[in-house]
Amino acid sequence: MNGIQKTGIALFLLAFLVFTMSLSLSNFILDAKVAGQQFDDYQRPFVLSALRQMEGRSYSRVFSFMRDYDRALKVAQEAIAQDVKNNLGLTPSDGAYWSKILKDDKIKSSHFPVTKASAQGFLPENSRLFFWLSIGLGVLGGLMFILPMRRLPEGIKNNGIYHSSLHARGILGIALGIWLIAFYVLLYFYPEYLVNWAIMVDPLSRFLNGGEASQWFLYGFLYTLAILVMGLRMMIKYRHNNYQLLRTGSVMFFQLCFAFLLPQIMTLLHLPSADLKNIWPLDYSFFFEYRIKHLLSSGYFGLFLLVWGVVLIVVAVPVLTYFFGKRWYCSWVCGCGGLAETMGDPFRQLSSKKLIAWKIERWLIHGVLVFAVVMTALVLYTYFSGQSRMLFLDSYQVRHWYGVLIGSIFAGVVGTGFYPLMGNRVWCRFGCPLAAYLGLVQRFKSRFRITTNGGQCISCGNCSTYCEMGIDVRWYAQRGENIVRASCVGCGICAAVCPRGVLKLENSGEVRFAEE
Amino acid sequence: MHIVILGNGIAGITAARHIRKLSDHRITVISGESDYFFSRPALMYIYMGHMKKEHTEPYERWFWKKNRIELHKGWVEQVVPEKKRLIFADGSEMHYDKLLLATGSRPNKFGWPGQDLDGVHGFYSLQDLEAIEYHSKNLQQAVIVGGGLIGIELAEMFRSRNIPVIFLVREKSYWDMVLPPEESEMINRHIREHHIDLRLETELKEIWGDEQGKAKMVVTSKGDKIRCGFVGLTAGVHPNVDFLRLSSLEIDRGILVDEYLQTNIEDIYAAGDCVQLRKPPAGRRPIEAVWYVGRMMGETAAYNLCGQARKYEPGTWFNSAKFLDIEYQVYGQLTAHIPEEQATIYWEHSKEKKSLRIAYDKRTRAVKGFLSMGLRLRHLQCEAWIQSETPVDKVLQNLKAANFDPEFFPDWSKEPAKLI
Repeated sequence: MNGIQKTGIALFLLAFLVFTMSLSLSNFILDAKVAGQQFDDYQRPFVLSALRQMEGRSYSRVFSFMRDYDRALKVAQEAIAQDVKNNLGLTPSDGAYWSKILKDDKIKSSHFPVTKASAQGFLPENSRLFFWLSIGLGVLGGLMFILPMRRLPEGIKNNGIYHSSLHARGILGIALGIWLIAFYVLLYFYPEYLVNWAIMVDPLSRFLNGGEASQWFLYGFLYTLAILVMGLRMMIKYRHNNYQLLRTGSVMFFQLCFAFLLPQIMTLLHLPSADLKNIWPLDYSFFFEYRIKHLLSSGYFGLFLLVWGVVLIVVAVPVLTYFFGKRWYCSWVCGCGGLAETMGDPFRQLSSKKLIAWKIERWLIHGVLVFAVVMTALVLYTYFSGQSRMLFLDSYQVRHWYGVLIGSIFAGVVGTGFYPLMGNRVWCRFGCPLAAYLGLVQRFKSRFRITTNGGQCISCGNCSTYCEMGIDVRWYAQRGENIVRASCVGCGICAAVCPRGVLKLENSGEVRFAEE
Repeated sequence: MHIVILGNGIAGITAARHIRKLSDHRITVISGESDYFFSRPALMYIYMGHMKKEHTEPYERWFWKKNRIELHKGWVEQVVPEKKRLIFADGSEMHYDKLLLATGSRPNKFGWPGQDLDGVHGFYSLQDLEAIEYHSKNLQQAVIVGGGLIGIELAEMFRSRNIPVIFLVREKSYWDMVLPPEESEMINRHIREHHIDLRLETELKEIWGDEQGKAKMVVTSKGDKIRCGFVGLTAGVHPNVDFLRLSSLEIDRGILVDEYLQTNIEDIYAAGDCVQLRKPPAGRRPIEAVWYVGRMMGETAAYNLCGQARKYEPGTWFNSAKFLDIEYQVYGQLTAHIPEEQATIYWEHSKEKKSLRIAYDKRTRAVKGFLSMGLRLRHLQCEAWIQSETPVDKVLQNLKAANFDPEFFPDWSKEPAKLI
């Protein structure tokens, strides 16, 4: 490591510290106007009256601000319930009752915008400065660390990985894991604690889509930035390997253009916004009625998006997977895969290669696929029949729990939070229902396989160690067998790290199953 | 029947696996070196931090139990064929019905003064790795003696921790008994690019120790005195057979075996590095201490131990290695010594460190061998061409079929044909 790189790390750590600390650099004075906007005309007077006691009071922490806010909203909620019963004369058996009362979800979803609008003081007044001191400086530090790696001779650079606390599940790795898990818990369940970061990216959001930054804009921005910066690192690390260069360039392109910019532009043009490369069942809400209705009411463009989504599911997935394996999606296009292959690359060796892990993987990922299919079937049943109940299952309950358990906890908190603990493909390996679907096609009907080169394997274990999907590649390689596994995302790293040139990814479609 | 295998390296373990496939005999594998089979060529990666020891073990712990392969830790000091007994260092004994000797190699030491000082080590076993790790603490200078495959590995290992390395090579150019001049020169350059101080035509004269008996200085044949904290002796290996010399086994440099890998004593076989073939197959040497030979012999031995007579037929020679960042593959006997009746075509990339050499018979034009640097060849294709004596001209036209490089790599396969 040279001086520039050391300075880069120091700057990055400083930026990371500023970024983390910046969450506490606001105080909060209730913005009653924005709070009122969160509720309809009927509910608003009750809410505003209940919030009156907070007016003018300054809170130094989100926690106490939210505590008083929730207490006030509880009062409003009860007042509304009383009014609905006594003055409007509605009971729970009336349909209108449910649209009048103040639901918990409504209160919860008002947390973020209200908190954000109420933030005042040091950070909101200096939000641009903090943007550059945290995110800007972090990128600069990262680049100063990454770019000088070009001066080393080309080749596999895994020196010291298992001596590194960060990369081998030491104290630093665990600390980073905890930080990421905390970030995802806040993002999905308590986004009001992240408002300072959203404030920092407000100017960018206004520039791109004309609106204020939500927590999802913030997340999308950080996500894209992570893929671009760490993608550059991946490209320098594997600059001798065209497959890695193209593949990494591809995920960077799809994340930047398809996942991040295009939806902003669609919003700017008042079109329904969509990530064109997100496919059901990874995009589990694709068939939810609010989305279908939205698309059907948005003219030809909406209709196009609906047809496009369905074509991806029924044509693109089987056909492209037949010719190229699931890698065409998982390690060339997908956003989850994009993050895994860039920011997650330093942690790929942490996936378990034990047989038991493979067994758990098969139950879990196919279980999630079944869950997604059943959930979607219920959604469509409800959509066409108007009934929310089928057998013992409640359509709304099932989709709620899918969203919480799979969409938020598994895909987010576990999927990325556990990078430094269980490797970079926890979600893709154990949870992603689309990966399960692609995997079934790959396993039973695809020309893709990893072939082994005669008898050249020395059983060293580099291939297995650096397989992010936890495939024991060596098991096959040392027997000279082809590798045809449902989970293989075709990242090509096994072939890259092999010191004897034994492995090659091919679309050759020879023997389907390796001879015993 | 109780089959005992002495040595848990690639030869011994391959034999054990195949014996289990072929039979229900009781199998015991003995090792003093390690509890579990690991990949010996991967030891360097443990030192460099690419992997931990457990990653170099090709089979999980359950594998041995499931396949009823008993693992026994201990050093055998004596084999008594007359009583079918093994005697261990701790005095315990073990009976066998059939025995496979797969005891591997030991690093060569050529009687250099100071070769047994503290801080002077070969690099072969797990214990060697532990010693090297121990001596690496605060190491200011390492000297490596012997320009072969292990020497360059050891140099790479120290460089991965930024420890300065002086690499003494007796020959005019790195590994030039095996590599033809152009390839050898390419590796010389590459070694120096990695900031390894390569000193050609330089031999070790003696090693001086300090008062504690620890190596502190190396004196070279050119009279240079090099202050150092570690000396790596990597001038080749020899069969690990000294403890067997007092037994009734016939031993020359290695354990002498026939083409069925049987020793002079019935029920005792040998496989791997420790073997010396009485009648090596055409074009092969009597002792071949490489991973692949160990694996092939292990399989052959398993058949013979299970009573299914099978000759050791290794087929066309192949080998591979990696010199720092450059992969090397060879198919057929293609070395620095090109026989009189053969000629070679040599292509080298104009900028990158990639090359391909193809040997053929001048008269029949039958292809005889392939030697590549920095690119990957398809083993079975090269072997098929050599075995079927395909004319070199046809090979050159179809070279793409032998390209095993990853997808999207620049295709070199048209280039060599342009040279003739």
